[in-house]
This record gives sequence, C-alpha cells and structure tokens, in this order.
Amino acid sequence: MATIQDIILSFRDKPGGIIEAYHAVQKAYNYLPEETIAVAAETFGVSEAQAFGVATFYSYLSVAKRGKYVIRMCESAPCHIAGAEALIKAFETALRIKAGETTADGKFTLELTECVGQCQGTPVITINSVPYVNMNPEQVPAVLALCQ
Amino acid sequence: MIEEKRIVLRNADLINPEKIEDYLQAGGYQGLVKARSMSRPDLIAEIKKSNLRGRGGAAFNCGLKWSFVPADAQVSYVVCNFDEGEPGTYKDRIIVQKDPQLLLEGMAICGHAVNSKQGYIYCRGEYPYVVELLNLAIDQARGKGILGDFNIEVRMGGGAYVCGEETALIESIEGHRGEPRFKPPFPGVAGLWAQPTVVNNVETFSNLPSIVLNGAEWFAAIGAPNYPGTKVLTLTGDVANRVSIEVPTTATLREVIYDFGGGIKEGKKFKAVQVGGTSGGFIPESMLDTPIDFDSMRSIGATLGTGAVFVMDETRDIVDITTRIAKFFEHESCGKCNPCREGTFRAYEIMRKINKGQASVQDIENLTLLSQVMEKACLCGLGQAAPSPILTTLKHFYPEYQARLQIQ
Ligand SMILES: Cc1cc2nc3c(=O)[nH]c(=O)nc-3n(C[C@H](O)[C@H](O)[C@H](O)COP(=O)(O)O)c2cc1C
Ligand code: SF4
Ligand code: FES
Repeated sequence: MATIQDIILSFRDKPGGIIEAYHAVQKAYNYLPEETIAVAAETFGVSEAQAFGVATFYSYLSVAKRGKYVIRMCESAPCHIAGAEALIKAFETALRIKAGETTADGKFTLELTECVGQCQGTPVITINSVPYVNMNPEQVPAVLALCQ
Repeated sequence: MIEEKRIVLRNADLINPEKIEDYLQAGGYQGLVKARSMSRPDLIAEIKKSNLRGRGGAAFNCGLKWSFVPADAQVSYVVCNFDEGEPGTYKDRIIVQKDPQLLLEGMAICGHAVNSKQGYIYCRGEYPYVVELLNLAIDQARGKGILGDFNIEVRMGGGAYVCGEETALIESIEGHRGEPRFKPPFPGVAGLWAQPTVVNNVETFSNLPSIVLNGAEWFAAIGAPNYPGTKVLTLTGDVANRVSIEVPTTATLREVIYDFGGGIKEGKKFKAVQVGGTSGGFIPESMLDTPIDFDSMRSIGATLGTGAVFVMDETRDIVDITTRIAKFFEHESCGKCNPCREGTFRAYEIMRKINKGQASVQDIENLTLLSQVMEKACLCGLGQAAPSPILTTLKHFYPEYQARLQIQ
C-alpha cells in the first residue's frame, strides 16, 4: 500500500487538492490516520488547524479509525418512513454496537447518514459506498455475511 | 393523459453510456459544433431567449447568468453542481449515469459562451461509481479531441449538504471548509479563485445541446411559458411506482403522482406530498391540480426545487416526519451564521417536544416566530428554507399538531 506521504504528495500541484488528497487517503486506509493532517498541512501550505478543520467539516471523511466495512444507514425522510429505524436497530443488534461505533474486531463501523441518492429503493444502506436498496431487517444477516 | 417528453433523457437506455461512439451516432456533439460556429454574444442571447431556467432550485435564467461574466475576462471557470444532496433527489445521478457525454457537451457549450478553458464537475462523495463513469467519459472525449482546449476535471464532495450552495461549493473546490460566502460579489463576477465563474446544475447543462441545435423558439414552446422545457422528477415515498420521469413543466402534481407514480401503493389514500426535496413545502390534496413549473409551485407556497416528489399516504405521521426533517437541518447547518446555527437547533428541540406530546400552544407560537425570523435573517438558502416544512405543515396539517399538544 502507498504511504500516506506518497498519496498526498501526488496531489501537490492540484489547486485546492487537499480534499481530493483526503479522499485518496481514506480510500486506501478507510479513514484519515493522524499523520494525514500534518502531511497535508505541509503539502498544501496551510496550518494544521486549518487542515484539521477541513477534514472534520465533511461527514464523509473520518479522522477516527473505522472498521474494514463502513456501513452507512440513511435516515432521511423517505428512508425514515420506509422503516429506516427498524433497520438501524437490526444492524445495531446484529453487530452489538451503536450507530457511530466500530466492532471490537475492527471489522464493522456503523454510521448514520442523510440521503445517499438511491431513494427509488428506500430504505437504503451503503457498505463502503456501494448501495444496497429496498432493505429490510430480515436481510441484515445475509448482507453482513457478504462482508468477508 | 400527459406523456413523457424527453430532452435530457433522450438517449437514456438507448445508448451505452460508456461508449462515446454511441453518443456520437445519436447526434452527440452537434450542438457544440453549432455553438462554436456562433459568436459568444449570439450564443448567450440564444440561451437567454430560450428562457431556460436553472434546474438546481433557484430557477435563474441561464443565459442571463452567463451574461454577467465580463466579456474581457482573462480567466473564467465553468462549474457543474452535481452535489445533489437534497434528500429524495436522484435525478442528476440518473441523467449522468444514462448519458455522461451530454453533460460534458453542455459544459463545453457554456465554456465557449463565457470563454472558459477550465470546467469542474463537483460530484457528491456518495457517488464514487459515477465519478468513475465521468472520468471515463472525459478521457474518451479528450481522446477524440472533441472538447478542444476546454478541460474538465471532476472533484468529489464530502457529504455536506450545504456544499450544494454555489459559493460553499466554490469554497470546497478551493480546498476549504464548505461555508457559504457573503454575496455580492456573485460568482459570475468573482467566484472560483476570485475569477468569474458560472455555476449551473447538471440538468441545466444537459438541456443545452438540444437548445443550441433546435433553437430557442423550439425550447420556449415546450411546457409552461414562464418555465419552459421539461423537468426530471424523482418519485419517492408511498407511490406505487418509485420512478424517475421527464415531463413537460405543464404537468400537474396529480398527473405526476397518479399517471406516472401509479397512485398510492396498497390502495391507501393520499395525505401529503413534499416537492423539491427536504427543504420544500408540504402540499395537501386540495392543491394537487397545480402544474409543477416553478412559478405555479411558488404561488401555492411550495417550491419545485430539485424536482423530488415525496408522497405520503393517509397513515403517515406528519409531525414525526417534520421532526425528522428538522433534525436534518440541525445536522447540516454549517454554523457560520447565528440565526441558522441556533435556529435549526431550537427548531429541532421544539419539534421533538411536540412529537413527544410535551408541547404547549406557546411552543407552536415560538416555533412560528423563530421560523419567520430564520426565513429573513439566515445567510444562505439552507437556513432560509429550513422552516418551510414546519410552516407549511402547520398551515395545512394543523390538526395533527393540535392532537399532540398537552392539554392546558
Ligand atoms: C443549501 C443549498 C443546497 C443546494 N444544493 C444544490 C444541489 O445539490 N445541486 C444544485 O444544482 N443546486 C443546489 N443549490 C442551488 C445552487 O446554490 C445554485 O443555485 C445552482 O447550482 C445554480 O444552478 P442552476 O442555475 O443551473 O440551477 C443549493 C442551494 C442551497 C442554498
Ligand atoms: S444559513 Fe446555515 S448553512 Fe447557510 S451560512 Fe448560515 S449557518 Fe451556514
Ligand atoms: S432518502 Fe434514503 S437514499 Fe435518499
């Protein structure tokens, strides 16, 4: 795997490229490990406080360690009325964690999110950005089994 | 029964979106060729005359917006707003997934009109699979030399709804936190890196090739005179068919919900529809014969917005849904201005209290006053529109609130 330094440096000449660099780091590491902020600050000529401020502004980016599989559960109004709450509970029960937490083995992170743009098939979740539509609580074990 | 009319979805499911050859065979890029044969002022005048109005929500005349870019600008940018964060909306994704070259052609036409060499597509972070398709499409167009010296780059958003606001979006492309700027100056004068910048929605750009090719009169004659053309709508919630459609803007809400949506699923009755996304107003049955065009929607205190059509059946709990929406705004407020940062927080607090059956008439009065202040005092459209679901549900569905109030 490319080092964080290498990934960030490859965006050095892109104006405003810090967010693109963060996306690339997160793609490789699933979150932004601590050194990302310092390296990005130096590469793009901003203070570490600013680099951190950018990273934490965007809900898609995470400065906290996350699991190998990040499950995001949409709770916007269309998913809400289609039973998002029961689905969220089903994931929490199956993984024995609450939304916002990561399993002890580092395999799964559960996150709440707003609309992911797949509202033709509510309720919707995404696993590492891949959408799963028309979900119901009974499907939870099968979906989790896909994550190996 | 009203028919679909396809302009931006004309190639949908007829061509392979991953093959530029298919697009070319279907007449693709002829609009760009024609546009480049026109002088810039003529091209802008033509678009202005077509009365194409922005499809991202604010419905501003597209050609008029372009005309704000100074003719002698040395550097200018074309930015496509593909942030699509409005809950219930997926139309821009459909447009791009079905026909990515159409968007590139539209942006290149704009590039010619405002003399820009650089375009950006700001695509929401939730669509990495669409970013891949766009990059493929750009490579193919570049490989064929079709875009000439106009360059297009895709930038990915980070899951912040406010970044759909054009100045926040510009901040985000510059690599900053996506907080809206004070206007003026407007982006047309000083936008990306302080240079003149045109920001348009995906659907707006995707209308351009047909307009240039067929002429302004052709477009202006389709749909409602004040908001001509078509609109891509996404149907969600309790309709039998949750589909996306493209209809002339004279279509009424009833036609959209019953003719295309197949009515309410499981034979239930209609209760409400929220049009335009989560910041749109709630509309009761009595207003369903209103056409979807921007001005007609506005005349009933609603908005066409993004064209999301969220239908709720008779069993749905309006207060609970409005509370959920209030949480959305509390979460997405960027915090730059006080009326919104504090206002969305308090609105959510009061809505929760009502939803739990612990509120009084005084709470409703406070909520109404707060909403009115926010509409006027918030810096950007997020805070200004956040009270709309609250005010429209109070207006049209007050008995549901009343039933929740504590007996004094
Ligand atoms: C909070 C907020 C979110 C917005 N989100 C979007 C969006 O996701 N897509 C979009 O095209 N316009 C969005 N807009 C509108 C843009 O600010 C801008 O008006 C639009 O991109 C202009 O393009 P148009 O004239 O082609 O519609 C949003 C506005 C606000 C205030
Ligand atoms: S209205 Fe809300 S989102 Fe807009 S600038 Fe103010 S705090 Fe930020
Ligand atoms: S509302 Fe859940 S995906 Fe759009």
